[in-house]
Amino acid sequence: MKRYYSLMILALLVLGFGCKKDDEFLNKEPKNILLEEATWKDKTLIVSVLADLYDRIPDYQGLLGGQWQRFGDFNEALISNNGDNWRFQNQDWAYGEWSTWDYGFIRELNLFIQQAEKATELEEVDRKRFFAEGRFLRALMYFDHVKRMGGVPLILEPMTYDFSGDPTYLQHPRAKESEIYDFLISEMEAIKGDLPNTPGTKSRATKAAALALEARAALYAGSIAKYGSSKTPEVTLPGGEVGIPASKAQGYYQTALKAAQEIITGGGYSLYKKKENLSDNFSSLFLDKANNPEVIFAEDYKLKSKMHDFTVDNQPYSMTEESFGGRTNPSLNFVQSFELLNNTFAPIANVSGTDYIFYDNPQDIFAGRDARLAGTVILPGSSFRNRPVDIWGGFMLADKSIVTGTRVNEQKTLPGKSAPEVIVGRDGPIAGQEFTAQTGFYIRKYLDPTIGAGSLGTKSEVWWIRYRYAEVLLNAAEAAFELDQKNVAVGYLNEVRDRAGLKTPLTEGELSFDRFVQERRVELAFEDHMLWDMKRWRLAGAVWNGSQMTEADLKANIGKADKPNTQVFGLIPYKYYAPGDPNNGKWVFKVAKPNAVTNPDRFRLGNYYSYIADNIIANNPKLVRNPNQ
Amino acid sequence: MKFRSYYIILCAFICLLASCSKDTYDPPGATFNGRIVYNGEAINVAYDQVRFQLWQSGFGKLTPIDVTIKQDGSFSSMLFNGTYKISFPGGQGPYMTKQNGTAKDTVALEINGNKSMDIEVLPYYMIRNPQFSISSGKVTGSFKLDKIITDANAKNIDKVVLYLNTTSFVSDAGSANVAKKELSGASITDMNNIILDVNVPTLTRTQDYIFARVGVKISGVEDMLYSPVKELKL
Repeated sequence: MKRYYSLMILALLVLGFGCKKDDEFLNKEPKNILLEEATWKDKTLIVSVLADLYDRIPDYQGLLGGQWQRFGDFNEALISNNGDNWRFQNQDWAYGEWSTWDYGFIRELNLFIQQAEKATELEEVDRKRFFAEGRFLRALMYFDHVKRMGGVPLILEPMTYDFSGDPTYLQHPRAKESEIYDFLISEMEAIKGDLPNTPGTKSRATKAAALALEARAALYAGSIAKYGSSKTPEVTLPGGEVGIPASKAQGYYQTALKAAQEIITGGGYSLYKKKENLSDNFSSLFLDKANNPEVIFAEDYKLKSKMHDFTVDNQPYSMTEESFGGRTNPSLNFVQSFELLNNTFAPIANVSGTDYIFYDNPQDIFAGRDARLAGTVILPGSSFRNRPVDIWGGFMLADKSIVTGTRVNEQKTLPGKSAPEVIVGRDGPIAGQEFTAQTGFYIRKYLDPTIGAGSLGTKSEVWWIRYRYAEVLLNAAEAAFELDQKNVAVGYLNEVRDRAGLKTPLTEGELSFDRFVQERRVELAFEDHMLWDMKRWRLAGAVWNGSQMTEADLKANIGKADKPNTQVFGLIPYKYYAPGDPNNGKWVFKVAKPNAVTNPDRFRLGNYYSYIADNIIANNPKLVRNPNQ
Repeated sequence: MKFRSYYIILCAFICLLASCSKDTYDPPGATFNGRIVYNGEAINVAYDQVRFQLWQSGFGKLTPIDVTIKQDGSFSSMLFNGTYKISFPGGQGPYMTKQNGTAKDTVALEINGNKSMDIEVLPYYMIRNPQFSISSGKVTGSFKLDKIITDANAKNIDKVVLYLNTTSFVSDAGSANVAKKELSGASITDMNNIILDVNVPTLTRTQDYIFARVGVKISGVEDMLYSPVKELKL
């Protein structure tokens, strides 16, 4: 009998627990995730939700692997990596290139905004800030979509399927392209007051970040209205999903100018001018994270938790901390587009008539140019991490033949000598050899000189700047120019140029549309601007026209907005070896098309707006296709 | 070691057996071919640039089958038997479709076994009587341009170009011509007799023939109109 006691106790226990109501039993609070109600009570928790959202902002070009390789897609650089040779061997961009359709993320942002709107347990100022940040991020996403796809469905509420078997109520047609831009502008106007006006905040949305987005978006819309209707009238859709009527250009330019001026006059931001040497100053602007007055909004990185490989992959090969590097090689096309200090353009002078020009130092050939050149590009003869780079392709003999090798630092015996010596630099260039400076140049912008930044164990914490003050100035200048306020435009433009060492100010009479194209090209190179700029100006079809380029084509018409730029060229330095000749030991330079470059780029009318994938249209037949595809 | 190699052999054997089962479906067996024509005359285009689409409904989500038009205006595609719709995407080709290109689904197409069909379109221009000749390293091309669309949809000519290439693929693409000579639309004086000449460049590979073709760029139309490719003996 005694042993039944335990059984009875057990039965009692089972009964006692088994009597819980079914719905209570099935509705347990999870212990491993935080639910919405719990999150929206605590400011710190919301910030961690936000951190994830900020982290997912899409960039087309950037510092991450897969993003910086695209620096090579528009012939501003060669990617010196065998696996990237296809970028220079293909002819057409697919219609789906640059395509995006990320409504999953937009839905998450809409959910965040919905929660932020109704959260009651937060202080009002915090709640407003979160609400505004959510709307800022959503606007960034719509901006990303509109510049790639044209007008897209404007979904401002999280949509939920009711499992009725009929999803048609979830299918929305595309909004007009202009409606998306109008939305961006009105959103930024609505939230700018709720965002903090603190220039020290760089990686979260601030008032200036909202205004900078507004200015850029309005400028894009204005130029699409102006140049789209005059240069590419066939790139439009009857419903306005693509294309903005020319009559709206004026209004957009005014908005752009006003928003940009609000940042300029608002104080708190200025051009970065901390260093004496203008080239070092320009390069520091991207590296200096302490009280940088120019940066408005950036994707930040931090050692030991969130790093990137940009420096690992792109450090000069001669001083690499790994066994590779040197992958981004700016092109001669780009290098020669930097102005001379007297505000004129000239090719890099390597020949005079039929003979080569001899230079005492390799850097002399680049002397007297815009300081941003040496700030953006590691030139032959310059240094990085306080050590000189070793960029030279070999010896040129008196009969103009070349002695070079197939691997870096190779030794050979020169004619008339008895002992072998080094005949090619530790950075190359060696044609077709990856990681060497195949164009004769390395990238300097965003390259981290800190020791260890080039090793895979440490990596780099340099940030990726999405909005900065110089762009705001250029946006204001361009908008003012288009509004025929040349005195305003020339002021902003000269401010940016002055920082670059172009001390002779431009006059109002010297202003032209080409000047703005040029200035953005050199100031904002490798910052994810070129593709979108060329598209909005409708210059892409002329610049990437699909024709083969010769050296003569390369050197002609520098500084012209519609100069074709379809293939990458390099400039290879050689030491001149002709004993007895007064030029013996001096430097000569040869223009060469790198081996990998075989096909010219062609931008077709159907590339202005990317292809909407067939499965997206199959899911939502209300979407109309983009033109010319 | 022995133990492991047994497993590998066994795996290979199983894979071999498993792959030997028959496919569930027969491959598409019906050929659909034809040409893009105007009044029975083929319209020549650049290779790999102009296409139309076939749509077949009834199998879940709609995705088109792209049919690319060859240089000489012909096309061919292997299909399953069934009913399709032919559609020309907007802005494709140097022509307008007969329905003015606005309607998405234009022509119904019944495939039951092999089928040959020419598709009539309305080109903006036609190249008539192209003649090529070569003398002392210079290729001369002459032709006549016929303006077909003369109503409100008429378009002007941007340029006419004579192309040379070492292979029979000749077009405006950078890889498909070794030499070209352009004449802007504004400098054409007589549409009935357009003459272009271009020097044969030094060829990387020695060959005693070259291919020539003339093309017309119509303003606002991406795809150019071409003449047939002509092989010339050097």
